[in-house]
Amino acid sequence: MKAMLAAFVAIAVISVGSNYILQQVGFSTQERASGAAVRLDD
Amino acid sequence: MLRALIAMLLTLSFITVAQAQEADAPAAGPDRSATGGAQTLEDIMARQRGEAVDNAFRSEAIGDPNSAAGMANQLGTLGGASDPELWRELRFGSADITTQYNGPAATTLVQDGGMQWLLWRQGPLATYGAYLLGGTILLLALFYLIRGRIRIDGPKTGRTIERFKAVERFGHWLLAGSFILLGITGLITLFGRKVLIPAFGHEAFSTLAIASKWVHNNVSWAFMLALVMIFVMWVIHNLPDRTDINWILKGGGIFTKGHPPAKKFNAGQKLIFWSVIVLGTSISITGLALLFPFEINMFAATFDKLNSFGISNALGMGELRTTLAPHEEMQYAQLWHAIVSFVLMAIVLAHIYIGSLGMEGAYDAMGSGEVEEQWAREHHSLWVEEVKAKEKKAASESATPAE
Repeated sequence: MKAMLAAFVAIAVISVGSNYILQQVGFSTQERASGAAVRLDD
Repeated sequence: MLRALIAMLLTLSFITVAQAQEADAPAAGPDRSATGGAQTLEDIMARQRGEAVDNAFRSEAIGDPNSAAGMANQLGTLGGASDPELWRELRFGSADITTQYNGPAATTLVQDGGMQWLLWRQGPLATYGAYLLGGTILLLALFYLIRGRIRIDGPKTGRTIERFKAVERFGHWLLAGSFILLGITGLITLFGRKVLIPAFGHEAFSTLAIASKWVHNNVSWAFMLALVMIFVMWVIHNLPDRTDINWILKGGGIFTKGHPPAKKFNAGQKLIFWSVIVLGTSISITGLALLFPFEINMFAATFDKLNSFGISNALGMGELRTTLAPHEEMQYAQLWHAIVSFVLMAIVLAHIYIGSLGMEGAYDAMGSGEVEEQWAREHHSLWVEEVKAKEKKAASESATPAE
């Protein structure tokens, strides 16, 4: 039972972590497919 | 029997001859003189009837500035190519396009794979996928009604054996938990427009879809990590051996009294293991292609392999296209991702059933990790012998007094 709960916690931690990392590495479509001349956020 | 075989071989040889003749016959192109080489009503009707139309007469009609009438001429065009010719270049992907920003797929301005993908995704994929999952659940319910719960036959001993260590159970639940989350959020994404929006409205679905996307994109990493863990930990126990043949011949003992002998994993469990590994890997690779759009393109290369090995022809799909627009690579990745996921979901539904409701004593293996000795003897007799032999050896070694 403990192993199961630990795994579920790990899923949450990995998900939040990967979301953070993916935002840092600059692989979002916005960063890949648009340039400095494109304003998507504004 | 022999006569039937000869008849079948003859029939097959005739089919091959017929196909060869079709291929040899010169392609009698339709007469397009009335339209000056442009497409005719018959071309349009044929396409609407869903027939394959050779588009070469259009894709190659992209103008030739060198032989075009001069710009000042009455029929002359700017740049030596007319607008329709330019649009055909864009439409068939042969235009020389330069973009300011060279992001992925930036130079593909028109691609026509999207409509086919959309229809396939909301048509056969969603329909047959739902049938598959629904059918699996119905079959399991029917099985439960007929066979009932598979009980431990003999008297319980009260003693337990450790079946899975904590790290093994952790890996299993990492895979299981992430797979269920990915399955549910994937289904939400697939059935959004056709089922959930009509049922709950755009507002509610929007929130659900954004949450689903976040979960699906990020939980995927836990799934991939767990897949590697499971493979490394269990592959040694899942290599096929002689005991599997006997197990399969006896149908796993599902409908008979008693169970065929098995090691740590029986042949049924090995099938689950390899399904999860092979299908899970395929889902992961296509998933990565979808997570990083246009970065991982594999379908053109795969189709080329299928063509050269003659597999696509054998399956009646003819020659598959080997030049795909970047968007078409993504469309195929999505379809394959979903098809394989549906198959794996159906398999895992059966796995969940037999590991919980369907069999007494099975859940403990992944719950506490300790299984009832009688259960182990009935389902994994050879494994119990191995464990007992190891225990004996360890006991006799520790009993030897230190010199």
